[in-house]
Amino acid sequence: MTTTEVTPTPRTARPVTQLGDRVFAGSAKGAGILILVVLAGVAAFLLTEAFPALVAPASELPGEHNLAVYIWPLLFGTLLSALIALVIATPLAICVALFISHYAPRRIAQGLGYLVDLLAAVPSIVYGLWGVGVLAPASVGLMTWLNDYLGWIPLFAGPVSATGRTMLVAGLVLAVMILPIITAVAREVFLQAPRLHEEAALALGATRWEMIKMAVLPFGRSGLISGAMLGLGRALGETMAVAIVLSVSGVVTFNLVSSGNPSSIAANIALQFPEASGLGVNVLIASGLVLFLVTLAVNMLARYIVNRRSEFSGAN
Amino acid sequence: MSKNIEAKDLNIYYGSFRAVEGVNMSIKKKTVTALIGPSGCGKSTFLRSINRMHEVIAGAYVEGKLELDGQDLYGAGMDPVIVRRQIGMVFQRPNPFPTMSIYDNVIAGMKLNNKRASRKEFDETVERSLRGANLWNEVKDRLDKPGSGLSGGQQQRLCIARAIAVQPDVLLMDEPCSALDPISTLAIEDLINELKNDYTIVIVTHNMQQAARVSDYTGFFNIEGTGKPGKLVEMDETKTIFSQPTQKATEDYVSGRFG
Amino acid sequence: MSTGTERTDTVTQGPELDLPASPDLLPKAKGTLPKGTAWGVFVASALVVGGILAATGFSIGLWVVLTVVLFAVATYVLSRVVEGARKATDRLVTVVVSAAFGVAMIPLVSVLWTVVSNGIARFDAQFFTYSMRGVVGEGGGAYHAILGTLIITGLAAAMSIPIGMLTAVYLVEYGKGRLAKAITFFVDVMTGIPSIVAGLFAYALFALIVGPGVRMGFAGAVALTVLMIPIVVRSTEEMLKIVPNELREASYALGVPKWKTILKIVIPTTAGGIATGITLAIARVIGETAPLLIAVGITTGVNLNPFDDRMATLPVFAYYSYVAPGIPREPFLDRAWTAALVLMVIVMLLNIIARIISRAFAPKTR
Repeated sequence: MTTTEVTPTPRTARPVTQLGDRVFAGSAKGAGILILVVLAGVAAFLLTEAFPALVAPASELPGEHNLAVYIWPLLFGTLLSALIALVIATPLAICVALFISHYAPRRIAQGLGYLVDLLAAVPSIVYGLWGVGVLAPASVGLMTWLNDYLGWIPLFAGPVSATGRTMLVAGLVLAVMILPIITAVAREVFLQAPRLHEEAALALGATRWEMIKMAVLPFGRSGLISGAMLGLGRALGETMAVAIVLSVSGVVTFNLVSSGNPSSIAANIALQFPEASGLGVNVLIASGLVLFLVTLAVNMLARYIVNRRSEFSGAN
Repeated sequence: MSKNIEAKDLNIYYGSFRAVEGVNMSIKKKTVTALIGPSGCGKSTFLRSINRMHEVIAGAYVEGKLELDGQDLYGAGMDPVIVRRQIGMVFQRPNPFPTMSIYDNVIAGMKLNNKRASRKEFDETVERSLRGANLWNEVKDRLDKPGSGLSGGQQQRLCIARAIAVQPDVLLMDEPCSALDPISTLAIEDLINELKNDYTIVIVTHNMQQAARVSDYTGFFNIEGTGKPGKLVEMDETKTIFSQPTQKATEDYVSGRFG
Repeated sequence: MSTGTERTDTVTQGPELDLPASPDLLPKAKGTLPKGTAWGVFVASALVVGGILAATGFSIGLWVVLTVVLFAVATYVLSRVVEGARKATDRLVTVVVSAAFGVAMIPLVSVLWTVVSNGIARFDAQFFTYSMRGVVGEGGGAYHAILGTLIITGLAAAMSIPIGMLTAVYLVEYGKGRLAKAITFFVDVMTGIPSIVAGLFAYALFALIVGPGVRMGFAGAVALTVLMIPIVVRSTEEMLKIVPNELREASYALGVPKWKTILKIVIPTTAGGIATGITLAIARVIGETAPLLIAVGITTGVNLNPFDDRMATLPVFAYYSYVAPGIPREPFLDRAWTAALVLMVIVMLLNIIARIISRAFAPKTR
């Protein structure tokens, strides 16, 4: 019979360890703890520097508004731009990932994967310059068309911005930026789909699309959700592209094609910080704290979904 | 060089799970001892406890005594690292270090343990160990090539050369042929016969013909059911175990009437 | 790759007997479109759309988009008539998925083309050897910004690589229990920190130490470190996990202590992968703009001391040259694009180096 009682003095409970082992293990552990300290520091220093803005009376804040009134349009802009990006990028990323994993000829598939990864390598400042220099003017025609034919939807109410520096374009740039992130995750889950299920589906005479619908997509659903969430987290925090592309007026509106747009938290910080002083700095840091919490929530939700998936998939 | 091993009332635990129970075994020097038994019976765990390799898994410990020529391997102040330098091990799958050449693989144990030696001593060790592992003639012209370029059987002999290069007292082998083809297996078995002139060898094998061919003594481990600890049922000279064992379970197992 | 065209092709052309039994799934027509049909339909669509557009006013973008749409519709209809609904859907999805990949490539090509064509004008020797000190119009360069970027990124790498690698070693080789779980979780959290927040953190930290309004290169390096550490931890962790346990056991069995096994066996075995991950992490942070804008600011001259005052960096240089140009505008815009080009070249080079490293260090077998 198995005895479950624990012996009082297991003879090797504390094995003799060498000095080198202790030093090395200690420094490895120390590095890990340092990371925790740094993260605690991020939270603590942001709180400390945001604190004056949180307690200051409204009359001393920029625009003599309550802090919530100041941050709300920015938060709205942040969420709206990220949402547009997500809506555009997710279906596209799924198709691109499917193309690479199941449609492209095997020999060039990896190379195509590198191409998509290259999109992730482009610095955000470059996307900003490209967005305002190329994409914004190029999409004026598209936005005019949307306004002409779909103007009855509030999203495209207009009047159409002549420069193209609108919420829709900012969302498009963000979509391009998060596309490689979502694609990478989607590709990963599609490749993990059990080969046997795929072959079973094909053996039943399914076409390629039916096989994907039956064996690949259901398997990857939670992976896709978490990939999209990771992309959303990135889009929420993206700064430069929005700061450069968007023409800002501080209104709260769902109108995506006009020249009056809410800024995003990150872009607002980038635009205001270099000139800010005194309490203005504290207000910006307070808005940064809000951004931090929002992205934290989104990322944790994504991780939660990923972890739940890994428990069920038996991949570990 | 070669030493005796003595296990007295040895219990092996993984955390609160008792994996092996009450092993009493004497292994004589310069002999080959085979450990046989069904899967999960604790023979590999016992083998790994001899050089304290099972401690790689957190929470593993033993009760009882395990002695190498009277030296308590689990005594207070005994560093497992020192134990492993005296008791070498060869694994199921050949595992030469992929970043090292054949030459460096053989002297890996010396180099990693900071043994200072001249180039000449290293050269001699490499030749002696590779000759000892019957590999010298096959690789002497490409000692600077990666060890992972060899065939499976050659790789396994390279691993044996690596183990004997540090001149251990005992050589443990954990199913050393299970990943090899019959010809390579034969080469390893021949090698084991030669190695027992210098080393105490303990080998775990699933192949009963192999146990009968290479070993002087055989120990049969068995397990009553899943979740129960493995036990040493019987140990005797190999020909006794295979011809007239005293236990019914042993007879069933060696005659293939088991499971 | 899970499936290739070859295999699925043979299966989709397999005997009808293998089809699912439910009657509504059975194809109504049993014909197959001949092999060249797709190309034929595609060319026809292009011609038709081209013809219509030639009459109404030609635009290359519209032509491509409408061609693909018409091609998709025509393929579906044709296949539906000849081959049945199931195959038609299959063909339609194939067109859609392939088109999606094409759409994804448009921004890549457009970005590359824009940056190269706009940036090449000032991609000259002067750009790499002159700072902006005393430059009001044409001329000048980003010498100071390139140096600043290298110094700050170098400092960030010097801080984050040891911390990140050691943490990964702890998580893979030592870490069990709650501390390891906590570290894993918070590394995940760190991955999601927006870069601007990292910049604010660095600013807040140094504002408390030095005083409000502080700007210095080191603060930027700290911000980049916060962004880089989780990337280094993750990639190193992945690589260490790939090293088979058998190698560790082989080393232990030779009487090698654990720390030496890690340093001499585990890490060398996967050195290529780790170096690749680190290179990609550097590539990822070298283009960061926002935290440097906050914590480092910009200056016109060369400043080599990261602990004293503002430094110029390439991304911030590009940003300010573009959004706050002087008069005349053109030289500033040109310099912005060239700075973007240099930045892209650096990032692409780092990516290529990463690939080369991973090839060169892959375990050899011959």
